[in-house]
Amino acid sequence: MPEKVLMKGNEAAAEAAILAGCRHFFGYPITPQTEIAAHMSNRMPKIGGIYLQAESEIGAINMVLGASAAGVRTMTSSSSPGISLKAESLSYLAGSDLPAVLVNIQRAGPGLGGIQPSQADYWQATRSSGHGDYKMLVFAPSTVQEMVDLVVDAFYLSDKYRMPAMILSDGLLGQMMEPVVFDESKVKKAPEKPWATCGHGDKREHNIITSLFIDPYDLDAVVKARYERYEHIKENEQRYEEYCTKDADIIVVSYGASARIVRSAVDAARKEGIKAGMIRPISVWPFPDKPILSKINDVKAFLCVEMSMGQMVDDVRLAVNGKKDVKFFGHTGGVVPTPSEVLEEIKKINRGA
Amino acid sequence: MYDANSYTCARIRRHVNGSGRFTIICGHYGAGKTNFAINHAIDAVKNGKDVTLVDLDIINPYFTSSIYADVLRKNGVNVISPVFANTNMEVTALPASVHSVFDTDDDVILDVGGDNAGATVLGRFSSRIAEREYEMLYVTNMYRPMTASPEDSVNMLRDIENACGLKATAVVNNSHLKELTAVSVITDSLEYAKEVAHLARIPLLFTTVPRSYVGGGLPEDEYFYPADVYVRSIWEMGNEHVES
Repeated sequence: MPEKVLMKGNEAAAEAAILAGCRHFFGYPITPQTEIAAHMSNRMPKIGGIYLQAESEIGAINMVLGASAAGVRTMTSSSSPGISLKAESLSYLAGSDLPAVLVNIQRAGPGLGGIQPSQADYWQATRSSGHGDYKMLVFAPSTVQEMVDLVVDAFYLSDKYRMPAMILSDGLLGQMMEPVVFDESKVKKAPEKPWATCGHGDKREHNIITSLFIDPYDLDAVVKARYERYEHIKENEQRYEEYCTKDADIIVVSYGASARIVRSAVDAARKEGIKAGMIRPISVWPFPDKPILSKINDVKAFLCVEMSMGQMVDDVRLAVNGKKDVKFFGHTGGVVPTPSEVLEEIKKINRGA
Repeated sequence: MYDANSYTCARIRRHVNGSGRFTIICGHYGAGKTNFAINHAIDAVKNGKDVTLVDLDIINPYFTSSIYADVLRKNGVNVISPVFANTNMEVTALPASVHSVFDTDDDVILDVGGDNAGATVLGRFSSRIAEREYEMLYVTNMYRPMTASPEDSVNMLRDIENACGLKATAVVNNSHLKELTAVSVITDSLEYAKEVAHLARIPLLFTTVPRSYVGGGLPEDEYFYPADVYVRSIWEMGNEHVES
């Protein structure tokens, strides 16, 4: 195989998981993420791994929970309605301090919605993927190569912090092809997992993995300890890219496939003499508030662009804390914003509208 | 061994320029079937043919030729699309008008969905297609991991043939790396393409190249098909829009 290959975002996510040492994949088909499962079903038998098509999304995530409890790197994937079905077990994974990687190739919602790309699951991913007080690591790639790199990193960080990690992508990135490289040297080894329920062999006490706590004070303490870990993550794991922000008057905040469109719009604005720039969150939980805070005093206004009615814009407004205007532009329902529409919004702000 | 000047090749090459009737375009997901089908259709119209392109891709609703129906129609190509193409619905249904291709005088191009799963839909029409002279072009790309070796590519072809009940008649080398397609990316694939054709026991028709590369350092003893890039991401299209 040539070093550089052409892959769909979905195929790349699957192959990256294999690169990261995932040999246990549990899936269920749904457009537009089905190629992840299809790629795994093709590859896993050839490398001694397990591909299992579960009876439902719920079955698949519970198999992930079991595999993770046994200490292996494991993954499942779906698209928006299927992620909703996995909600209960995401909460159980977090409540059991279990690592796992989950890919959401978002499509239009709510309900059955549609099969075209969307970013309307941001709140679900970052706020309440399931019930209870917990967080997931959430990474949003904007190129197929970044899909590979973030899947590899998500496995490592999920193991490191013992919590589920989600790749929050969309149908556009899942379906499009770009050249990618799979670099084995970027894979970090999984840490030892002395907590795993993988057979004690009469050599240690048996491990118990559960999210059930009989004494309310025990649960209070466990969740509070978990939140200390979350604070550490917020401080240390923020990821973002800045584009043309140095002298920017207007900063557009956008992630995933939308950020590709914004980049084109920023280039077009610059050609017209408007000092536009972009902050692209790569981790959306933890949300990268550091680059926004560092730019607040230098910019006229922020603009948030999403394929939703405005969800990440909440995090931008929390970071900006009323100090500057935060505008929003987006489409939903499977409609993708165009660079010229975004340019028009930048111009409006520039005119002081 | 494959002979570029053989009678068969000359015949098909003439055919692709628009003197035949039925051209089926098949291959792996992402091999570049749709971009090639659009080029082929528009070139046939330029050569004075009446052309109908049928989008038979109901296996995956993204990046199908129906998405480019406007540009095809603007260039004089008649387009037949799946019933729910370009919508939020994923209902794998073909319109009754697909059957009109067996009664038309147009040159017909069938753009088939990816892999053997996508080619299954062709099986429904295979007995009627097999009654007439047809060309089935197998599009392959060395830079797609599942068809990166000639052996894997031919295995993919055999799966497609088994699914649709028709035999490919020629190989089209569409090896590329999207925007990273340098001349060397193409020339590096020439031996691969010949080996695919050799193992499949069908001729290599030609290698596609971006139109701007024609005459620019490509070997002179190979057949190249100059192609325009129609299948693009929205941000690439948007840039042109903004600049115009």
